[in-house]
Amino acid sequence: MLTLLLIILPLAIALFLLTLKAGKAIRYVALAGTLIEFGLSVAAFIQYQTTCHCNLLFSAEWLVSLGISLKFGMDGITLLMVMLTTFLLPVIILASFNHSYNRPAAFYSLILFMEMALIGVFTAFDGLMFYIFWEMTLIPAYFICAVWGGNDRIRITFKFFIYTFVGSLFMLVALIYLYFKTPAPHSFDFQWLYLATLTPAEQTWIFLAFFLAFAIKIPIFPLHTWQPDTYTGSPPAGTMLLAGIMLKMGIYGMIRWMIPICHQSVQQWAPAAMILAITGIVYASLIAIRQNDLKRLVAYSSIAHVGLIAAGVFALNVHAMQGAVIQMVTHGINVVGLFIIIDFLQVRTKTRNITDLGGIASKAPRLAIFFMIILLGSIALPLTNGFIGEFLLLLGLFEYSKIFSAFAGLTIIFSAVYMLWMYQRTMLGKTNELTEKIQDLTWPEMAALIPLVIIIFWIGLFPGLFLDVALPDVMQILSFKP
Amino acid sequence: MTTIISITILGVLVLFLGAMKKQSWLLPAILAGLVISMALTIMDWNSFQSYSHLMIIVDNVAVAFSMVLIFSTFLIFSLAAHYYRGVQRPLDDIYGVMLFALVGAVMMTSYGNLIMLFLGIETLSIALYVLAGSHKEAITSNEATLKYFLLGSFLSGFLLFGIALIYGSSGSFDLQKISVFVASCAGNYPPMFLAGLFLLIIGLAFKIAIVPFHFWAPDVYEGTPTLLTAFMATVVKTAAIVAMYRFFTHTFCGIHGVWETTIWILAAFTILLGNLTGVYQPNLKRMLAYSSISHSGYMLLAVVAFSPMSDNALLFYTLSYSVATITAFGILILIREAHGNDFFSSMNGLAKTNPLEAFCLTIALFSLTGIPPLAGFMAKYYLFTAAIEKGLVWLVIIAIAGSAISVVYYFKPVIAMYLKNPDGKKLTVEMPYKAHLLFMALMIILIGILPFLVIGLL
Repeated sequence: MLTLLLIILPLAIALFLLTLKAGKAIRYVALAGTLIEFGLSVAAFIQYQTTCHCNLLFSAEWLVSLGISLKFGMDGITLLMVMLTTFLLPVIILASFNHSYNRPAAFYSLILFMEMALIGVFTAFDGLMFYIFWEMTLIPAYFICAVWGGNDRIRITFKFFIYTFVGSLFMLVALIYLYFKTPAPHSFDFQWLYLATLTPAEQTWIFLAFFLAFAIKIPIFPLHTWQPDTYTGSPPAGTMLLAGIMLKMGIYGMIRWMIPICHQSVQQWAPAAMILAITGIVYASLIAIRQNDLKRLVAYSSIAHVGLIAAGVFALNVHAMQGAVIQMVTHGINVVGLFIIIDFLQVRTKTRNITDLGGIASKAPRLAIFFMIILLGSIALPLTNGFIGEFLLLLGLFEYSKIFSAFAGLTIIFSAVYMLWMYQRTMLGKTNELTEKIQDLTWPEMAALIPLVIIIFWIGLFPGLFLDVALPDVMQILSFKP
Repeated sequence: MTTIISITILGVLVLFLGAMKKQSWLLPAILAGLVISMALTIMDWNSFQSYSHLMIIVDNVAVAFSMVLIFSTFLIFSLAAHYYRGVQRPLDDIYGVMLFALVGAVMMTSYGNLIMLFLGIETLSIALYVLAGSHKEAITSNEATLKYFLLGSFLSGFLLFGIALIYGSSGSFDLQKISVFVASCAGNYPPMFLAGLFLLIIGLAFKIAIVPFHFWAPDVYEGTPTLLTAFMATVVKTAAIVAMYRFFTHTFCGIHGVWETTIWILAAFTILLGNLTGVYQPNLKRMLAYSSISHSGYMLLAVVAFSPMSDNALLFYTLSYSVATITAFGILILIREAHGNDFFSSMNGLAKTNPLEAFCLTIALFSLTGIPPLAGFMAKYYLFTAAIEKGLVWLVIIAIAGSAISVVYYFKPVIAMYLKNPDGKKLTVEMPYKAHLLFMALMIILIGILPFLVIGLL
C-alpha cells in the first residue's frame, strides 16, 4: 500500500497545484508535498529493513485477459532509486526558489507529475506498467524543458522527444513479443517475463530492442547526441530532473529488466556494449575538457560518468553491479549538486562561461566550499560518495577484463582534469567586474545544498547501509547467469 | 434492425421538422433521438438475430460497432450548434442527410449479404456527396464534392463488378453461402472469384482511404465543411473498415492465405506513406486527413491479424480514434472561425489565450500518437498484441516506425500552441462547447486508464 501511496501522492499534489492561483504559496505547497513524499519513502525504507517486504507490494487486477496487472513493489535496488527520487525532488524545488517561473502552478505541477511517473517506473513489477510509466515521464520532461527552457529550445526538446520516443517504441514491441513467450496463461508480471523461453536469435533481437531504449536514455555513445543540448537548453530544475533521476531509469531498466530476461545475449554482447560505453567515457571526457559553458561541461562529464556505470552493469559480477547501484545514487546526488551550484552562479553573474568568471572563492567562500565538496565527490576522492561507487565499478571491471578497466579508469584522471580546471578558472584567480560583487550563498540556498553534502559524506564514510540494502537483489539478478 | 429503423425515422422526423419551420427543435430532437437509438441498439446485445433472409445479421460485433458509429455521430452533432450558429439557411436537409448517411454506415456493420453491403455503401456515399458540397457558396466545397463524386462512383463500379464476379463464381450473394463455396473449393479458386475478391478489396479500400486509393482524401477533406469532415474521418472510416473486416472474417477466413499478403502490403504502405506525407502538410486540416489515412493502415492490422482478439482491438481502436479525431476537429472548427485558415501558425500561443482548448487538442493529438496512458496508446497496444500473436512482427515494426514518424506532425500544433507567442487573437467559445471538448478529452484519458470498460466486450 505504501508503494501505491508513493505513486498517488505526487499526482494528487500535482492536480491540487493546478487549482491554486499563481503566487508564492505554490512553491511551498510543492516543497511540502515532496517532503511528505520523502517521509513516506523513509517509512518504506524502515519497513523494508524491519518487517516482511510484502507490505510494500501492491497488486490489483487491471486487464486480466491481457495479463496486465497493477503490480507495484519494492526490492533493495528499487528502494534506493525511490529514495534518491524522493530525496532529490525537495532539493530541486528548493533550489528553484530564486527563479520566478511564469505559470508556477503548471511548472511545479509538472515536476510533481514527473515524480509520480519516475516512482512508477522504479516500482513497477509489471512489464507493461513499467512501459506506461516510462513513457509518461517523457511528457512532463518535454514540457518542462520546452516551455521554460532557453534559446533554441523548440528544436532541442523535439530532438530529445523523438530520440527517446523511438527508442522506447522498440521496447514495446519487445515486451509484447516476450509476453507471448511466457508460459501460458501469459502475463506481464516480471517474474513471468523472466521465465520466458527464447531461442538465441529471439533473445538477441529482444536484447537489441531493450538496449536501444535504455542506451538512449542513459545515454551511451553514440546515442548521446540529444543530451548536451537538452541539458544546456533546459531550465535548471529540468536539467536536474533529467540528469539526476531520469537517466537512472535507463540503468535501472538494464538491471531490472534486460539482464534477467535476456542474460545469454547480454553476456554475448557485453564486450560490444562495454566498448561503446568506454568509448563514450573517453570521448565525452575529452570534449568536457574543452568546454567553456559550465552546464555543457557537466553534461559531458555526466556522459562519462554514466558510461562507467553502464560498463559496470555489463561486467555482470557482484562488485561491478553493486558499484553501479551505489553509483546511480551517487551520480544523482553529485550531478544535481553541480547543476545547483552552476545555477546559483548563473543567477548571480548572468553567465555560464568559464572565461568570464574567476576569483569567486575570495568573495563567496561558502559557495566555493560547497562547490569544492560536491566536485570532489564527483571526481571520486576517497571519503566521498563517488569513491565508493567508482572503486567498486573499476574493481568489477578489472575482474572482467584488465584492458577494459584500464581504459575505463581513465575517467578518474580525466574527471580530475576537467573538474579541477573548471574550479580553478571559476573560483580561484583574479576577480573581474562580474565576480567583484558576487553575493555569497543565502540560507535558503544552503538549505538545498546541505542535505546533498551530508549524503556525500555519509555514503563516502559509511556506505554499508546502502550497499547491504541492494546486495541480496544484486545477487538475485546475477544468479540468472547460467 | 431497430437501429436502422429508428435512425431512419429520426431522419424523416428531422426533415418534417424542417418543413414545419421548427429549426430550433432540430438539434435537441436529433440528440435525443440518437440517445434513444443507442438504447435500442444496446437492447440487441447478445440477441443474435437476423432479418429478411439473412440480409441483416445483428450480432454483437454489429451492435458494438453500431454503437461506436452512433456515439461518434452524437459527438459530432454536439458540435453542430456552434458550427452552424451564424447560418441563416435551414439546416434540416444537412442534418437529415447526415442521419441517412449514418443509416448506411450501420447497414455496413450488420450486413449478411453482399447486396446489403452495396446498398449500405451507396446510401452512405450518396449522402456524403451531398454533404461534401453542402457549403454551396465555397468553391472548395464544390471541388470536394465533384472530386469525391467522380472517383467515388467510379470505385463503386469496381465494388459492384467485384460483387458480380463473386456471384458469378459462387452463385450467391449470401455471405454464409459464399463461405460454404469457399470451403468447397479446397484451394482451387476460380480466377473469376479471385478477381472479384480483389475488386471488392479495391472498392472498400477507396472508401477507407487506403494507400494507393487515398488520393481523394486530403483534397476532399480540405474542401468539405469541417464539421462534415469530422463525420467523414470517423463515422465513414469506421463503417468501411468494419465492412471490410466483417467480410473477411465471416466469409473468407478459410482462405486467409489468399488475401493476407495483399492486406499486409496495403497496411504497410498506408502506414508509411500516410505518416510520411503527413509530415509535409502545411495546415491542420490536411494533416488530420493524412493522420486519418495512416490510422486506417493501423486498423488494417486488425484485419490481417484476424484472431478473437482483433474484434476487440478494432472496436477499441475505432472508438479511441473517433473520439480523439472529433476532439481535434472540434478545435479545428474554432481555429478556422477565428483566423479564417488553419495554418499551424494560426495556433501560436493558444495555450496562453485558451488553455482549455489547447489542453484538449494536446490530449487528442497525444492519443493519436499513442502516448500512454491515453486511449490511443491502449488501442495501439491492443492492436499490436493481436498482430504479434499472429506472428506479424515485421508489420508491427513498420507500424511502430510509422508511429515514430507521426510524432513529427502531431507535435507541430503542440509546439505552436505551447512554445510560440500568441498573436493577440483569442478564440471565443461558449460554455457548452467548452464542456463538450473537455468531456471528450477526459473520455480519452478515462478509457486509457480504464480500458477494461471497453476491452473484452466482444
